[in-house]
Amino acid sequence: MSEGRHTEGGDPQAGLATAGQWQLAWIKFRQNRVALVAGVVLALMYAMTLFGGFLAPYEPDHRFGRRAYVPPQGLHLFSPDGFEGRPFVFGLTTHSEASSGRTLYTHDVDKRYPLRLFHRGDPHSFLGIETDLHLFGIDAEGQDGMFLFGTDRQGRDLLSRILYGARISLTIGLLGVTISVVLGAVLGVTSGYFGGWVDELMQRTVEMLRAFPQIPLWMALSAAIPPDIDQITSYFMITLILSLLGWTSLARIVRGKVLSLRAEEFVMAAQLMGASHKRVIFRHLIPGVMGEIIVVATIAVPSMILAESALSFLNLGIRPPMTSWGVLLQDGRQLTTLYFHQWLLLPAAFIVVVVLCFNFLGDAFRDAADPYTE
Amino acid sequence: MLTYIVRRLLRLVPTLFVISILTFIIIQLPPGDFFDSLQAQLAESESHADQQSFDALRAQYHLDEPLWKQYLYWIGGCLQGDFGYSFEWRRPVADLIAERLGLTFIMALGSLLFMWAVAIPIGIYSARHRLSWGDYTLTFVAFIGLCVPNFVIALIAMYASVFWFGGSAGGLFSQEYKYAAWSLARLWDLLRHLWIPVVVIGAAGTATMMRLMRTSMLDVLDRPYITTARAKGLAERWVVYKYAVRVAINPMISIMGLQIPELVSGSIIVAIVLGLPTTGPLFYRALETQDMYLAGSFLMLLAVLLLLGNLLADILLALVDPRIRLE
Repeated sequence: MSEGRHTEGGDPQAGLATAGQWQLAWIKFRQNRVALVAGVVLALMYAMTLFGGFLAPYEPDHRFGRRAYVPPQGLHLFSPDGFEGRPFVFGLTTHSEASSGRTLYTHDVDKRYPLRLFHRGDPHSFLGIETDLHLFGIDAEGQDGMFLFGTDRQGRDLLSRILYGARISLTIGLLGVTISVVLGAVLGVTSGYFGGWVDELMQRTVEMLRAFPQIPLWMALSAAIPPDIDQITSYFMITLILSLLGWTSLARIVRGKVLSLRAEEFVMAAQLMGASHKRVIFRHLIPGVMGEIIVVATIAVPSMILAESALSFLNLGIRPPMTSWGVLLQDGRQLTTLYFHQWLLLPAAFIVVVVLCFNFLGDAFRDAADPYTE
Repeated sequence: MLTYIVRRLLRLVPTLFVISILTFIIIQLPPGDFFDSLQAQLAESESHADQQSFDALRAQYHLDEPLWKQYLYWIGGCLQGDFGYSFEWRRPVADLIAERLGLTFIMALGSLLFMWAVAIPIGIYSARHRLSWGDYTLTFVAFIGLCVPNFVIALIAMYASVFWFGGSAGGLFSQEYKYAAWSLARLWDLLRHLWIPVVVIGAAGTATMMRLMRTSMLDVLDRPYITTARAKGLAERWVVYKYAVRVAINPMISIMGLQIPELVSGSIIVAIVLGLPTTGPLFYRALETQDMYLAGSFLMLLAVLLLLGNLLADILLALVDPRIRLE
């Protein structure tokens, strides 16, 4: 968002006049504070997918049988006895509401569970190592636990489930975009550079695919995934479905850019000097379109993340027992459930933050990719 | 112009042919067919499902024949206005879709109006007061609007409507008007329900359009002819509305051709969440039950709509902007 940029005036960088394209882009990008913050947030989020098992207090399928729909529990520092010295959560007592039969929870002020760092809890696999170490947790008795984001209908900790869900929700967009970038770049460069029937064929294919409305096509294809295949396969199938249309816009943009670059003198010079097609493409054309590719890819990631969440929400994408943010939001689909348990919408907040950050980043890249205009 | 349109329409024919084949393949992809799932259901409920009657049903709908023959039956019917038969609803697909298409278009048009009414003035304001606090706030709000999944907006809107305003929980009609004949009272009832889907469906589009209008407006405001108009001493209001907006709005008019098909397919998810009597939920249900002719015909219809929208966009652009010539 060029308008969201905090311009600091001319950068007093020495050697600005001799800086290369990428240096200039980096200088321009760095001035965009919002995008820098967005980049850091995203880096943290993706780190979260790696360390999810370690950060999450529980395993995503750890059920607390008698702790269904616990509202988010606060971390407290003070109890009726005064300052406790370290953060803790209260134990819970249950009683059922006579009118609705719902289970309500109140603090059991006598039970206080201090937060322990590097706590040993549910076993999980961390970067291939089996361990039971978690960043934090509590030594609780019976059915008590630490539910900072509350629990779902089956008494599973929502925070843990969000952290595990991030693995699918965040990677599906990145992987899908990688597939469409590779496809789009290869086909776009090929058809732009060689022209002729290759170009004609690709143009017609793109035209055909783009005649399909995106959302209904995604829905129809996802509905065709057999429900009994294993999790990894269905994950990859959904990724493929999402990138099926994505590559077309990229191929078009790349093709257009290659067409204009091909007519430039430096390309002609390279060709006259006897450079092979390979050299012209990889040395002269690809670097020229790289900026566009990065921009389009960055902007495509959030739309894929949104699409995955919508499909999973409709039970057409990722299906339980796999967890993604869209799957988690399914629990809030019933209005009456949502009325009593608003925290079930918390996964949506994560989606919004990630998508927002990607959009900020994409806008900043767009400004930076063209470093010669102000 | 006319020859251009005719040529474009003729070029649609081969495209549509390939699309129809692809559509047919897609709806055939799921393993088994409608009668398999029906049979499984019946077996589960332990009612008597004899193989023979199912085979007879399959034969009746040509499901026992090779794929290419099935395709020919379907496409042949489509050309004559017969889009096949919905197994689940036991009615012709054409009737089912036609019945819900009206409300779908009303909703799409409503969203379109909403988008225009909100996005254009804000876009103009933002461009005229660029980098002011108002501009920052509005662009930021628009940005957020782009980032919230629309089904979440739908859930929140429904929540707000029911628990804060005591309104309806989705749908387009109150109980008493659901199956009533059209009357002024029913129309009023519709309008009272319509605003939620219209706002929810229009939200993301409004944000995009606002940004587009702002960019387009900024681009035009920098042009020399605007400077000339100002230098001649024209009133600022006149410069903005008569000179700048008139040109800056051209791309908006052009994308209108694409917005309608986009709104129809974009509203599917929202319509499912809100339980609207439009085509979206029908499509969703058809996908779930493998009601293949219904799903396929709807997909086909949307593709046609999108292709026509593309053409309409080009025509509109040529109409509003005399500098553009269609060849």
